[in-house]
Amino acid sequence: MTKLYKILTAKTLVPNIHLFLFDAPRIARKAKAGQFVVLTKDEKGERIPLTIADSDAKAGTVTIVFMEVGKTTRELGLLKTGDSIMSLTGPLGLPTHIENYGTVVCVAGGFAVAPVMPIARALKQAGNKVISILGARNKELIFWEDELRNVSDKLIVTTDDGSYGRKALVTEPLKEILENGEKISLVVAIGPSIMMKFCAKTTQPFGVKTIVSLNPIMVDGTGMCGCCRVSVGGQTKFACVDGPDFDAHQVDWDLLAARQRTYVEEEKQAMENWQCQCGKHS
Amino acid sequence: MPRQDAAVRAKNFKEVATGYTPEMAAEEASRCIQCPKRPCVEGCPVNVDIPEFIKAVREGKMADAVTVLKNKNALPGVCGRVCPQESQCEAKCTLLKQKAPVAIGRLERYVADWETKNKASMPPGAPLPPPTGKKVAVIGSGPAGLTAAADLAKKGHRVTIFEALHVGGGVLMYGIPEFRLPKEIVQNEINFVKSLGVELVLDAVIGKTDTIDELLNSGYDAVFLGTGAGLPMFLGVPGENANGIYSANEWLTRTNLMKAYLFPTYDTPLHVGKKVAVIGGGNVAMDGARCALRLGAEEVYIVYRRSEAELPARREEVENAMEEGIIFKFLTNPTRFLDDGKGWVTGMECVEMELGEPDASGRRRPIVKKGSEFVMNINTVVVALGTTPNPLIAATTDGLNTTSHGTVIADEHTGKTVKDKVWAGGDIVTGAATVISAMGAGKRAAADIDKYLTSL
Ligand SMILES: Cc1cc2nc3c(=O)[nH]c(=O)nc-3n(C[C@H](O)[C@H](O)[C@H](O)COP(=O)(O)OP(=O)(O)OC[C@H]3O[C@@H](n4cnc5c(N)ncnc54)[C@H](O)[C@@H]3O)c2cc1C
Ligand SMILES: Cc1cc2nc3c(=O)[nH]c(=O)nc-3n(C[C@H](O)[C@H](O)[C@H](O)COP(=O)(O)OP(=O)(O)OC[C@H]3O[C@@H](n4cnc5c(N)ncnc54)[C@H](O)[C@@H]3O)c2cc1C
Ligand code: FES
Repeated sequence: MTKLYKILTAKTLVPNIHLFLFDAPRIARKAKAGQFVVLTKDEKGERIPLTIADSDAKAGTVTIVFMEVGKTTRELGLLKTGDSIMSLTGPLGLPTHIENYGTVVCVAGGFAVAPVMPIARALKQAGNKVISILGARNKELIFWEDELRNVSDKLIVTTDDGSYGRKALVTEPLKEILENGEKISLVVAIGPSIMMKFCAKTTQPFGVKTIVSLNPIMVDGTGMCGCCRVSVGGQTKFACVDGPDFDAHQVDWDLLAARQRTYVEEEKQAMENWQCQCGKHS
Repeated sequence: MPRQDAAVRAKNFKEVATGYTPEMAAEEASRCIQCPKRPCVEGCPVNVDIPEFIKAVREGKMADAVTVLKNKNALPGVCGRVCPQESQCEAKCTLLKQKAPVAIGRLERYVADWETKNKASMPPGAPLPPPTGKKVAVIGSGPAGLTAAADLAKKGHRVTIFEALHVGGGVLMYGIPEFRLPKEIVQNEINFVKSLGVELVLDAVIGKTDTIDELLNSGYDAVFLGTGAGLPMFLGVPGENANGIYSANEWLTRTNLMKAYLFPTYDTPLHVGKKVAVIGGGNVAMDGARCALRLGAEEVYIVYRRSEAELPARREEVENAMEEGIIFKFLTNPTRFLDDGKGWVTGMECVEMELGEPDASGRRRPIVKKGSEFVMNINTVVVALGTTPNPLIAATTDGLNTTSHGTVIADEHTGKTVKDKVWAGGDIVTGAATVISAMGAGKRAAADIDKYLTSL
């Protein structure tokens, strides 16, 4: 009964970060920068959201990039080219609003170079001058540097430990760009919540419009459960249908962080349970 | 009808009612006096030939009973379990005035379950008519969509159902719990619809994956919207986004569709506190509360702002809930949620209510008692205040008319919307209602769509 979605290519980009290229023409036809899919590995799996990192309407393919953080993403990391998953739904969420703003800064933290890529590309195609900042913990975790450079007028790479590029957090070059005097019309920041929060704090004094892609826990991704509620400008929004992009200066970051921790105990239990069942993989 | 003992069933997800034995079914069927006026048939929103199927049961002609039932109702196993017969067919039964009405719902369930067990001995269904070459897109695979699809397929039209979720069935799969409606039964009934040649496309969110106009432009001759009322309402009081506060949709979807009660064998988690408060008084609230009990909560409250008499849930389900140990707090309304400083809900500030003059719905309006604030200590809240249609379809389709509640406006008798080639029925038109009313709407729309397609 259930249709299977085939992984045409599975590859490990850097340790713990994987890319899947799916055969998914229905989604590829419609996907726009900033949208995501919800996927379920198999009958017992949970539904998890992942950003569409690339899509090709002609070839009918969709690319996702994910980082291993818990049981589901660890399990997905074991899949190989030619394997299939049970369910893939999308494109979900509102596309990122693209127009010619002038000069824009795109900030990507960690695995988020993947979700930033299509946005940077679309902004570039719309005529913007795109300055990108790519930050990672260390050299080993950097991928798609050339790809991002290709769609940017300027690329700054930072690592936390200085093993590659500049030794800094992404907020440091971001602040310098804002201080430099060049008029920046928009900042797009995607990465771990804490990074997005600090990017928001960095841009706020400059009054520069800043967009973040929020990543609360989701189930359906279609507005049906309210699990993904976030507070923006004092109003409750469902991130899956009203977002995932929101005005960074209006986001209630503490609420987001608290809600993301809802299942910390259960996630640990799931991981332990899985590791004992297939110790060989852990 | 035999049921699992309340103390036992409150700890498991197995079906509460275990169904008639053949002897019980024969005895109940023989109570039907086969009166010529057949008022029960009028009481049924899809007009099942009730006396005929009961007669067949009495005579032991079970295969005939199945055929009669399925002639009008593609989902008898579902309806026999969840329909409010007490306010429909059974409310019209001639015997009602003398003693108890014939237990039509239980007999319907018995017949459907007999079919499941005896598939092999069923004669093949009537052959399908030759294909008409006309294509219909049905959006949503709840009872409205499934019924419309089955009826249209029986007329020879090519039907494709597009469903947003990864499983078909709508509320029957994600909302109503296993212990009231086993999911295997729903899937059997979906398989029956598929056996008529209907194609079910899952993971297709119409409005995103394709729009209605794109479907019409890509060769579908007609569209039926059966997308239900899936948008949860919240109270809108302070603190409602705290961890541990769920919409009923989320609570039930995690539990039923994603099988959180089997965590960690199934991956989807659910956080169940010791004390759970469910806000609301409908079927959804009863289901939420009874799930909480089965998921291991120690104390489960139903918090309802009116009194017992106004509870909108089916009486049978209220009684089941009470028997299982759910504690009802009537005339109580939450005004604020308290948390532990780390984002987790710990309490609920409530006010007591009293009933005033009847409001527009005819029910007495609850009014706040001054100075009655008190705090209930709880760890989990399930908000079951009702749902409205998801705005996605209306927002992405030009030329549909909607009401201020977000429901799509359609003709009551035909389901036709003001948009060319588009019909709608079920909860998307009525707001949250019942399985059988959604099926009735699907049926009426299918008849009108068929009329339109044959006129082309
Ligand atoms: C719109 C959106 C787009 C995303 N895009 C990407 C992406 O492109 N690449 C990527 O690596 N990650 C992405 N994520 C995050 C990704 O969904 C989570 O990392 C993943 O669900 C973790 O599942 P797990 O079982 O491996 O981890 P778990 O151990 O279950 O959880 C680890 C953490 O992940 C988060 N999480 C858990 N379950 C969910 C869920 N159902 N939905 C959302 N978050 C959850 C929680 O905060 C949790 O604490 C995105 C999230 C959202 C909301
Ligand atoms: C917990 C609960 C208990 C209930 N108990 C009872 C009961 O005991 N008796 C009773 O008679 N009724 C009961 N009801 C009400 C009954 O289930 C509904 O009235 C009925 O299911 C409505 O049917 P429908 O076909 O209109 O919509 P639904 O059953 O809601 O189905 C709609 C389907 O459309 C899909 N969909 C939505 N949007 C899109 C889209 N954009 N693209 C594609 N697909 C989409 C949804 O995923 C869903 O599968 C209950 C409801 C709930 C929630
Ligand atoms: S994920 Fe369910 S409403 Fe957003």
